[in-house]
Amino acid sequence: MKNRTFFWFILPSLVAMVLFIALPIGSVFIQSLYIEHGAVLKEVKSCGPFGCKDEVQIDVAATSQLKEEKPLGKFNGFGTYTNRNHLAVSELKAAWNDSANWSIYFSKVYNLPFYRALAFTLTYTFIVTPLVLLLGFFIALGVNSLPKKLKGPTIFVSLLPMIVTPLIGSLILFWMIDSKGILGASLQWLLDDPNLSLKASPALTWIMLIIYGVWHSAPFAFIVFYAGLQTVPSETIEAAMIDGASRWERTRYVVLPHLVPLIVFISLIQLMDNFRVFEPIVGFSAQASATSLSWIIYNDLAGGEGTFFGSAGATSVLTILGVAVLLIPVLIRTWNDFSRKVV
Amino acid sequence: MFLKKVMVAGAFIMLGNTAMAGCGISSGNVNVLSNDFPAIQAVTAGASTCAGDGVTVKTNLTKDHKDIMVAALTANPAEYTSVITSNSTLVTLMNDGLVRSLDDLVAKHGGGLNPSQMVTVDGKIMAVAFMANAQHLFSRSDILEKAGVSSIPATYEDVLAAAKAIKSAGLMDYPVALNTKAGWNLGEEFVNMYMGTGGDFFKPGTAEVAVNNAHGVATLNMLKSLVAYSHPDFMTFDSNATQAEWEAGNLALATMWGSRGGAVMDGEGSSEAVESSTVLSSAPTWGGKSRPASTLWWDGISISANISDEDAEATFVALMHGISPEVIAANNAAAVWLGKGYTPSKASAGVSATAAGGAAPYPMLPFMGTLHSALGSEISDFLQGSESAEQALSDVEAAYTAAATEKGFLK
Repeated sequence: MKNRTFFWFILPSLVAMVLFIALPIGSVFIQSLYIEHGAVLKEVKSCGPFGCKDEVQIDVAATSQLKEEKPLGKFNGFGTYTNRNHLAVSELKAAWNDSANWSIYFSKVYNLPFYRALAFTLTYTFIVTPLVLLLGFFIALGVNSLPKKLKGPTIFVSLLPMIVTPLIGSLILFWMIDSKGILGASLQWLLDDPNLSLKASPALTWIMLIIYGVWHSAPFAFIVFYAGLQTVPSETIEAAMIDGASRWERTRYVVLPHLVPLIVFISLIQLMDNFRVFEPIVGFSAQASATSLSWIIYNDLAGGEGTFFGSAGATSVLTILGVAVLLIPVLIRTWNDFSRKVV
Repeated sequence: MFLKKVMVAGAFIMLGNTAMAGCGISSGNVNVLSNDFPAIQAVTAGASTCAGDGVTVKTNLTKDHKDIMVAALTANPAEYTSVITSNSTLVTLMNDGLVRSLDDLVAKHGGGLNPSQMVTVDGKIMAVAFMANAQHLFSRSDILEKAGVSSIPATYEDVLAAAKAIKSAGLMDYPVALNTKAGWNLGEEFVNMYMGTGGDFFKPGTAEVAVNNAHGVATLNMLKSLVAYSHPDFMTFDSNATQAEWEAGNLALATMWGSRGGAVMDGEGSSEAVESSTVLSSAPTWGGKSRPASTLWWDGISISANISDEDAEATFVALMHGISPEVIAANNAAAVWLGKGYTPSKASAGVSATAAGGAAPYPMLPFMGTLHSALGSEISDFLQGSESAEQALSDVEAAYTAAATEKGFLK
């Protein structure tokens, strides 16, 4: 294609990408560099149904003038990024100087909200992603070897966890694993521990969220792998059978190499998806034991009292950076594959 | 505009003139944003009867009202002409100058109001309160009796002793519940308990937090002693969960919202045994102090700043209609009403006793919400036993300081 033709061909998607991806990210980044103007406070008498009290209030007239002159707020540079609720640079330094050994240091770092969220986010991503790949692959193999009549219904049932909206799915499971719910009570009976509660300890909550994640995402990997299995050339399989390859050997040396591009594709999507884990934390009311980067952004915008646009912006930018770092190995691999094909 | 008038006129003709319910307004748009619970539903339904010839009344009752109110009222003209506010949300709106003074409207249309309903800041009426709410103690008299506890606990030390008696009598393993879901609910429990110490949340006249002290440590320890008698899932208990547990008969002592009293005693969702033995009493005191460990809340009417005076007047009149003595009398059990027409009932005994005991209102400070959020997320580690009270409080202080700096409250 000529460069000129290519330019006109790509222009509409380029415009859309700038409008809907680049500009919003740019505006989020700019917002993250600002904090609100210093509020002018004054003490006034306020009264209500329960009596009067002298209380500090914001002097709206004085503050609104500042706001009108500079609606974005006060420029703070990377101050929001480095403060205690985000990267906590000075707290990390202090913890380093005060800690006698690594375990004390790590417990201090884990006490900071950003790193706590990062710890869960990374653990979740790196446990759920491989499990989803593995489980999806084996379900696909299993379904593929079913008799034709059973395939349709089995595929439909296997896809159900993905069809359920994440928030609804996690809420349903939340009630089922309640100590009086069907799963929770069964577990108590099975393990003979009447006080067992999956919601009570951080470790059990993490395990529960990870199992939920695998349950929810495995159908995606399954359906992609299943589609891939339909394209495995039957000649190669037959040749391998004639050579005396066992079922395992055929899977390992014929099917798997054929599916490598799909494995890369699913890993890419799953790494991105799992890194922004959010709904199950809300659904399972798990924020006391597990938080994620996306949950922090939500909490800054809608969870508590008041909104923190600068904080939410900073965490968003850090999340984007995190996704970029995670995807680098997969992207390098794709690039190498691509270059090899061209040559 | 023309189309709207045609539609309103059409609706009016179809209603056959019944909508002129004597509100005395001839034109204007009323659009109310509020939280969603039975008492507020009664108020907005009362206001909606004013719809008719030239007057439109729309309502949006949602639990997420806090998240949309600032953006909706910042627009000019504002999307909503009124937000049903409380102690904490009124401050958020006032911080940005989004609600107007009601002095003129009250003088003109507020003749039937009690003086105590006026919420004034710096001499100006900013809201008209219509109901009160507070968390207080719910007890099961039958269980207490079986455990050999002779009276309803008046202090949290008594609550602990009663819980111990119930547990050791083998009546219940987890007799106590508080709304301890991490986040806003947990923050509210700390605020309530800390109120009982008489301590200040901030250094007077400043936005510097002052909970990292002996009062704070004692507060955390008391909360921890209480949740020791709560089900291990306590970190997920919000007010819907505790109400359900109470109605199921799984609890004997709980600190719950007064507005749940009517729901517990409504003859639905619970057994006769639970309902007849439920006693609502004042929030307990503790630590030898006399102030009940609770915060008093009001819900009230505010009017947006960025709307025309005509709409403001129509909205105020319609909402006055929504909190009229007739509406209050018809919905007597739905809330502890502050206006005329209210007869105290069994369901409101707890809130009245808490207020009479001298409980303090939830502080109307611009930075209280920021502290509340910090408390809700930082003290859960302590209650789960993974850090010390001192560490939890210094975390609260650090989280608050960073957030308040971003909000411009601290330099």
